Amino acid sequence: MLEALYRTARALPLGRAPASDPACSGVQITPAGAEARFALRIRDAGASAAGLPLDGPINSVRGDDRRWIARLGPDEWLIGSDEAEADQLPAAIAADLGERAHAIVDVSHRNVGIDVSGPLAAAVLNAGCPLDLGDAAFPAGSATRTLFGKAEIVLIRHDGATPRYRVECWRSFATYVHGLLAEASLGVGETARR
Amino acid sequence: MLLIACPYCGNRPETEFRCGGQAHIARPADPGALSDAQWAEYLFIRDNPRGIHAERWNHVHGCGRWFNARRDTVSDRFLATYKMGETPQSQESNSILSTSTQAEARA
Ligand SMILES: [Zn+2]
Repeated sequence: MLEALYRTARALPLGRAPASDPACSGVQITPAGAEARFALRIRDAGASAAGLPLDGPINSVRGDDRRWIARLGPDEWLIGSDEAEADQLPAAIAADLGERAHAIVDVSHRNVGIDVSGPLAAAVLNAGCPLDLGDAAFPAGSATRTLFGKAEIVLIRHDGATPRYRVECWRSFATYVHGLLAEASLGVGETARR
Repeated sequence: MLLIACPYCGNRPETEFRCGGQAHIARPADPGALSDAQWAEYLFIRDNPRGIHAERWNHVHGCGRWFNARRDTVSDRFLATYKMGETPQSQESNSILSTSTQAEARA
């Protein structure tokens, strides 16, 4: 019952757009589907909760594409998971944390995900993000809150031979972020063809 | 772009940060004992030095944490950043010629 409510309530601001490569630059920009996300705040976290590791360094991500946990600060994590898991995950985390004071908030509807992948993906992101996205400074497994243009995003770099990034932004910024990514890839496309 | 060394994240672009004004202002232990002038002094009066200034900064578009920094208001150079509750490592380095942190690196 709950699960059905959960899914029918979702409307994706970018629709279910297919992967696009407007500039033929080899950079794929793909709005993600509906996913569950949770913000976890806890001081002195243990090693893990509900199978999600909490002992990773700040600005790193663990897990895989479907179930990941990014440590955004000393006491703050962003968790992504499949929608099917959304109803059990908070209770499972709370059970593992026991008596320790913590907050776990469902932010699934607040966040919109956009996947950016391809050899020149970092160049596209750097059109709006001032971070050093080189392999040394931001290798696979990195994740951080930062800026993309005027919007705050969470940037995650997943494992993979070709760079694969997930951009998580707030719902009302989604069209702006998606548009700026597409615009930036046009410029990168020029470079790629030269 | 100016890089600021967040004590939690390392060197990050300045646009991710927000300045929170002068640091190390202690709240009076017994506000009731203060005169209006003394209370106003505590609330509103801040240093505005030409040179080294201790400031609170927030890595708002990053880890979200507040920290302290010592910054030269003339050169805009950050001399040190340190976590809340800590004291700066180089308390004596009040000269502009003192050793600077890596935060002065520019991208
Ligand atoms: Zn930080």
